[in-house]
Amino acid sequence: MNIHVAGENALIIYFGEKTDPKISAQVQQAVALLSMALKNNLIDLVPSYASLLVVFDPLRCDHLAVRKVIRETLQAISSENDRPNEGKVVELPVYYSLESGPDLAAISERTGLSHDEIIAIHQQGEYRVYAIGFAPGFAYLGEVDERIASPRLSTPRLKVPRGAVGIADRQTAVYPAMSPGGWNLIGLCPERMFNPDSQPTMPVQVGDRVKFKAISREQFLALGGLLKGEVA
Amino acid sequence: MSANNSTLGFAVLKPGFLTLITDRGRFGYHRIGLTSGGPVDPTAARWANRLLGNDENASLLEASFGGLSLEAQVDTAFVVTGATVPLKINGLDAEMWRSHAIKAGDKIDLGFASEACRSYLAVAGGFNIGAEFGSSTTVVRESIGGLNGDKLSAGDVLSCATHTNHPLNILPEVSRPTYTGDITLKVIPGYQQHCFSRFQQRQFFSSEYEVSDRCDRMGYRLTGAEIRPSIDGILSEGICLGAIQVPADGQPIVLLNDRQTIGGYPKIGSVVSLDVARLGQCLPGAKISFEPVTIDCAHNALCLAESQFYRANVVSL
Repeated sequence: MNIHVAGENALIIYFGEKTDPKISAQVQQAVALLSMALKNNLIDLVPSYASLLVVFDPLRCDHLAVRKVIRETLQAISSENDRPNEGKVVELPVYYSLESGPDLAAISERTGLSHDEIIAIHQQGEYRVYAIGFAPGFAYLGEVDERIASPRLSTPRLKVPRGAVGIADRQTAVYPAMSPGGWNLIGLCPERMFNPDSQPTMPVQVGDRVKFKAISREQFLALGGLLKGEVA
Repeated sequence: MSANNSTLGFAVLKPGFLTLITDRGRFGYHRIGLTSGGPVDPTAARWANRLLGNDENASLLEASFGGLSLEAQVDTAFVVTGATVPLKINGLDAEMWRSHAIKAGDKIDLGFASEACRSYLAVAGGFNIGAEFGSSTTVVRESIGGLNGDKLSAGDVLSCATHTNHPLNILPEVSRPTYTGDITLKVIPGYQQHCFSRFQQRQFFSSEYEVSDRCDRMGYRLTGAEIRPSIDGILSEGICLGAIQVPADGQPIVLLNDRQTIGGYPKIGSVVSLDVARLGQCLPGAKISFEPVTIDCAHNALCLAESQFYRANVVSL
């Protein structure tokens, strides 16, 4: 564990340097422990793949005091006593097709796999939520089987629909809202990944695991899914 | 004396280029990807609320580049602080940095800002705007906060209470922030600082940069001497206010209030918050340079500024 200065009121804790469920589990433990230990001195926490940004209130404490709390609180965390699979498993339905996932064609061409094979491989994985960011509710899921890992589009789309399921390198995600985006789209998920009016706001949090399950066009529409750029 | 009337307040006649409802900002929601938002120049925003005796977190308006016209529907008091804009009440010149009584039917006009870009307009008691995720601050990119998550439009009504005989105050000129001149931003080296060679760091801290026209509440992209880290990217990680990221083109971007919460570009350090506010007041073409400071010096400067804010005397009118 390394603690670096990030800014005037922020320290960043590094638990490792790679995408790894064990490292991610340490980040999760640290979030829980530091939320309690830092109390009112804490403004915000940003967990990510292998790091945790700790934003503190600089009018209540300084970086030395925060470092001390971090060291004392996190000394118990090690890779030994991790339970990397503590989070819940969430199943997300996906309507995979060329109609809902236009980049199936390009992935198929590049990899030589059929559309059905790509869809099957994507569903086989159980993906960990490593980070949430980029946009509200955008969950970075990993890691995708190397056979279907795909580089980002060289020209990002100006509009990716809400619910689009994409792949970028060895990550996959469901777009929580319509936005620009450069991920390879392979399907649409009718479930909302971010809904400010519901509680909880998101079906997943960092540390949870996600499984995808193929559904038909009819099931997708019955679940409230929208096609052809319709926006609710 | 105050009275509540939930539907009346101020009608927006002209929204200006980019006028946003904001409070101090949204905190505690980075975990679901929500940024902090809040006023780019928190000191000017705090003065606006203080000159009216408001809570520090009261909702007010941030007008970027001016051009805002409002019509009062209630009797109350208001103030404008921040970047200098021609301010008129019913067509007559009025002073910034002092609160003014205003009656239903009166019209307020903010002209266009020329030297700096963000002005703040507050009303007695604050605007009544419901909080979303604990804050009224508008983040347009997220469609969250304010009125329907968007900037002001003509025809919007900003609800606020009636306040008659509200005490009026002025901030003496000597205590007002100034927004002119080229600026040097204090930077706390950190994050991937070690991935920038000594030469690259010297280049960064000794060069002059210019604010490009790609600058907004998310980040200010600068142009000038290219700097090159020894790595192309990093595993995505949390980004704090003022972080300076260096993408492949070697041109630094300073991240502001509406920044994305995580990102994968190498960062050389972070601009201190007082200077993020100064940068955020700059218009394209402004000349910027950087100087390194320790986190301890930055902490001292912040505490001193806080003490000065509270010690500055407001004069009753």
